[in-house]
Amino acid sequence: MIRVEHGTPSSRIGVMLIAATLAILAAAPFWGDRQTLRLLAEIYTFVALASLWNLLAGYAGLVSVGQQAFVGLGGYALFALAILLGVHPIVAILIAGPIGAIVAVPVAALIFRLRGAYFAIGTWVVAEVFRLLASQVSALGGGSGISLPAAVVIAMAPSRQVREFETYWLALSLTVIILAAIVMLLRSRHGLALTAIRDNELAAQTNGIDVWRIKFAVYVLTAFGTAMIGALIFLQKLRISPDTAFSVNDWTAFVIFITVIGGIGRIEGPIIGTIVFFVLRQALADLGSLYLLIMGTVAIIVMLLAPKGLWGMIAERFGWQALPLQRRLVFEKETRG
Amino acid sequence: MQWLNIILQGVLIGGLYAMFAAGLSLIFGVMRLVNIAHGDLIVLAAYVSLIVTQAMDIDPLVSLLLVVPIMALIGYALQRGLLNRTLGDDLLPPLLVTFGLSIIIQNGLLELFTADSRRLQAGAIEVQAFEVLQGVWIGVLPLIQFAIAVVVIAGLQTLFYRTAVGRAFRATSDDQSVAQLMGLDTRHVFAMAMALSLAVVAIAGIFLAVRTNFDPAIGPARLIFGFEAVIIGGLGSMWGTLAGGIILGVSQAIGAQIDPGWQLLAGHIVFLIILAVRPQGLFPKVTG
Repeated sequence: MIRVEHGTPSSRIGVMLIAATLAILAAAPFWGDRQTLRLLAEIYTFVALASLWNLLAGYAGLVSVGQQAFVGLGGYALFALAILLGVHPIVAILIAGPIGAIVAVPVAALIFRLRGAYFAIGTWVVAEVFRLLASQVSALGGGSGISLPAAVVIAMAPSRQVREFETYWLALSLTVIILAAIVMLLRSRHGLALTAIRDNELAAQTNGIDVWRIKFAVYVLTAFGTAMIGALIFLQKLRISPDTAFSVNDWTAFVIFITVIGGIGRIEGPIIGTIVFFVLRQALADLGSLYLLIMGTVAIIVMLLAPKGLWGMIAERFGWQALPLQRRLVFEKETRG
Repeated sequence: MQWLNIILQGVLIGGLYAMFAAGLSLIFGVMRLVNIAHGDLIVLAAYVSLIVTQAMDIDPLVSLLLVVPIMALIGYALQRGLLNRTLGDDLLPPLLVTFGLSIIIQNGLLELFTADSRRLQAGAIEVQAFEVLQGVWIGVLPLIQFAIAVVVIAGLQTLFYRTAVGRAFRATSDDQSVAQLMGLDTRHVFAMAMALSLAVVAIAGIFLAVRTNFDPAIGPARLIFGFEAVIIGGLGSMWGTLAGGIILGVSQAIGAQIDPGWQLLAGHIVFLIILAVRPQGLFPKVTG
């Protein structure tokens, strides 16, 4: 009897630690003040965005610099559904996901014609097209943007505190669901195929993996998650404009730096990267645009000296993994009864 | 007449787009590197020219004599010091490093020159124009810029196919290890290609800065125009790139005429249509 074992001692400790951390974070409304809740919710959205980008670039090899297309699409979907159709914001976030996925299908069919690095710039063109189209929609404020009407916000919850708790838990649960979905995907048959593509695309293809189809599926799924997170981000901000919704700095540059610094192609990387990113941000907040310059420099240095990122270094040095993702064959004696 | 005028202006600005594209396509051809910081380097060249023209009180077009070698040197150093270390089988390092570089240049310029928009003053030549047909006017400056774009493209074409450096470029592009076995120092060849690319960037940057206002944030849009011109024209074909730039310029001019908000959108849409119906571009030379 041969079976596949995913866990290691470190991943068993990792899972327990993660469960404990999650319990503490879920209780944050009872121990944290408003500032803390806001900061934590922002951290969750970046963990989710970076994890999705990591799945796309780190595993499927689709280096996109245009994921702001789907963040902005999700944000605008929320505003359109809430303002024009009167949909409840939380329901609108759930609908934003399928909208992102449906839009991603023709987009992928088109930009998958570009290879490698040109694919990256192609994704950017798509994001630019979305931004320009959004500024043409006068019902949603055109180029100058629009705020979520007070009536919609009040309809979410009677008091401000309840509304803030709601958004916090929403951010936490959405991020946990996205991370869990990525872990489950990676543990599945398709995850094995994805890991094979990550390690060697040609070899994966020779072993009968339909590389194009898997990449296509990953692109569409990532768009699904990214659009939902986009809707959530702009529910927190309560205001949207084409430039903030489709900002390459906010939704792609930061996300790429986070993933590269934390460790690309590993599930733990984006989480570590987000922590480093927010520590740096709190420390360098007064520096203005210098701060982005420093982030860019750190990312370049990490890419050159430690291309697997911080978690990659730790994982290789100590053989740790925080989540049960590895595959090891265990041989057992068959017991016949 | 009005439409003829619009199309003509589109063709002339297409020359500028072809110059954005030529440097991009050159380094892609030689070392399969897509430089995401390309647009920001164009803007950097514009600022270098701003400093040179102000410090020495010379005409922007004369400043070319200084800015072109400065940018070429920057290109050589950038390739030897940084980008050569990212090249290999993996696509990710060059992409991410040039992306980081783009953010660094943008914010460095923002720190040094603030977000105010600037412009290079070229004097009386800026407004000079002559009538080619009744009601059809051509500006002297756009015409010079288009003529220089054609010369740059022709020059690159000749350099690529008629000179020893061009042979080294093509050899390295075809097979890096064999080129090395034949005694070529590929690190030097790559650095020469980047130097040449940034020399073209310098010319493009100065004409951009004379033509329109610029600020530290406009780089990415120039990268996108250049990239679209490359893809429309077809990978690896220099004259195709010129055609791509012209098609993009004309589409934008027509779009702007319909509705000012449609100027950029029209260019992107033509690009996406060509990608859909003819992904190899109009005049492809190499595949893959």
